[in-house]
Amino acid sequence: MDFALIVLIELLRAVAGLVLIAAGLAIIFGMMRVINIAHGEFLMLGGYTVVLTTKLGVNLWVAILVLAPLFVGVFGVIVERCIIQFLYNRLLDSILATWGLSLLIIGAVTVVFGNTVEGVATPLGGFAIGDYKMASYTLVLIFAAALILAAIFAGLKYTRFGLIARSTMQNPGMAEALGVNSKLVYMATFGIGAALTGLAGGLLAPIAGVVPSMGVYFIGQAFITVVTGGSAIVAGTLSASTMLGTLSQSVTFMSGPVFGDAALLLVALILLRLLPQGITGRIFSRSL
Amino acid sequence: MAALGYWRGVALVAAIFLAILLFVPAWFDLFEVLQMTQYIVLAIYALSLAYIWGFGGIVSFGQAGFFGLGGYAFAVISINMGETTVPFLLTIALCFSFAAVLGYFMFYGRLSDVYLGVVTLVVTLIMWKLINHTAGPEYAIGKARLGGFNGIPSIPIMRVPFTDREMDPGEMFQYFMGLLIFVYLGLHVLIRSKFGRIAISIRENEVRTSLLGYDIRRYKLMVFSIGGALGGASGAMWATYQTFIDPNSFSLEMSAKCLIWVMAGGVGTLIGPIVGVVALQYLSLKLGETAFINNLVILGIILVLLVLLMPRGIVPTLHDWLRKGLALVRQPSREGAQ
Repeated sequence: MDFALIVLIELLRAVAGLVLIAAGLAIIFGMMRVINIAHGEFLMLGGYTVVLTTKLGVNLWVAILVLAPLFVGVFGVIVERCIIQFLYNRLLDSILATWGLSLLIIGAVTVVFGNTVEGVATPLGGFAIGDYKMASYTLVLIFAAALILAAIFAGLKYTRFGLIARSTMQNPGMAEALGVNSKLVYMATFGIGAALTGLAGGLLAPIAGVVPSMGVYFIGQAFITVVTGGSAIVAGTLSASTMLGTLSQSVTFMSGPVFGDAALLLVALILLRLLPQGITGRIFSRSL
Repeated sequence: MAALGYWRGVALVAAIFLAILLFVPAWFDLFEVLQMTQYIVLAIYALSLAYIWGFGGIVSFGQAGFFGLGGYAFAVISINMGETTVPFLLTIALCFSFAAVLGYFMFYGRLSDVYLGVVTLVVTLIMWKLINHTAGPEYAIGKARLGGFNGIPSIPIMRVPFTDREMDPGEMFQYFMGLLIFVYLGLHVLIRSKFGRIAISIRENEVRTSLLGYDIRRYKLMVFSIGGALGGASGAMWATYQTFIDPNSFSLEMSAKCLIWVMAGGVGTLIGPIVGVVALQYLSLKLGETAFINNLVILGIILVLLVLLMPRGIVPTLHDWLRKGLALVRQPSREGAQ
């Protein structure tokens, strides 16, 4: 019984992990059809923000929940103004440019901070379930992932900005004709996506080593989750994360994390062969 | 008439390559010959992407997957067989088949461009993770230990085909240059064949081509597989040139470099990417000597600037300037004829 509970929490943690690293990317991709290759580096910047500010004596939770999203969000807006805005109708070029950006950020951070692993201690300690011990922080991650999805859903569904954003997503020309400044919407969307990614990076900092190249370990899963999920932001991320997270975590239990990753990819490939538009291209296609 | 001009250009390039093949080993010292051998290998790698991108409209973000696979396959097979001719051919066949299987999922799933890019990228990432994970002694294929992040050392040097004699650096240069000329001419013949024209029409307009009755999935699959085979061949050449291969050959940086070379040289040409390899590798060699600029920063800046300022690449841009310049010079004499 205790063991079953542990397995359940571990599965939830895997799903939550995918939701966290994919949510920002899903917003940017779902709204603008831009795949941001520098996504992993946005995560990394979030992680570094937390590591550096806590070293300066800032409270860990302030660093994770306020500073990381703020810094990466502002950085995202700058990137959008300097690079992305010129490439909105050139899909492939926007991918290539963000790839260049990704190399640039890795290189620059390596030059400034060195190629060493930084970290912050995992807060909150642990709790026991029967004979097993778990880190309480795991529950924070699961809770945060659920909260982020709920916030995106509520933001899109019940706020004025969400309405405008959705209309721009559906038909930019018509939205502009009705007086929406679509450029502003795109800029804000990119900023929000980046801020969420920064938040995720900050949340992951206490459990992952923060290195300039850490993005590489996350982007594969993030991309595959978003692509498998399809264009609906909340439903897509949630369904793909649940399916892929459960599966890869089960394989990880049996044969180690690397094969978990490989299994995740294999399932995603087969899914895409059956549903080329992603899960939400066929099922839940009218959801958010 | 236009076709004749086309082949004249190709023949000119091939003649220059042939001259390089014949004279460089005698005229340059060993270090420079080795350096140029490296450019040749990377040029074939760049051509693998230049072909599928420029003449099939398929942008693979994971060309390093084939490069690395080719290197590792060649290492494992040649270490086990103790010679290089058959392993080289087997490697190419293996990479062709791997590309065909991957391509089946992507093209027969009718994935769009973006998804295709992401899938190729992620496949390469997973391969990189898997191969990094193989450090223990239990990961061995026959006599070859995969070695994880340490890579595979002592890969056999390329032998003179069907003999047991190792090539010296000059011979290896000539052999590889010969392969480059073969690939360059072969791709041109392929591009001008019926198959190649259909592939180009798919690049131009997929829907129209399929409405004309061509099975675009099959053509794309074939183009992608040829690209995979070329990428694998260059990986194998890289492995035997260095006598060493490690997981970096699968890295994102390796895929990015290939995209940068092709973009810089010009998508839709074959000579452009070769120029791109030589120019950018030379540049990063020189800038690397200064040692205070990180190589990734340089690559990143080049890629961003290329996309924003010169999306068509060096060779087409120069070509345009040249044509405009010539037109200006010739203008007065032409007016009567028109």
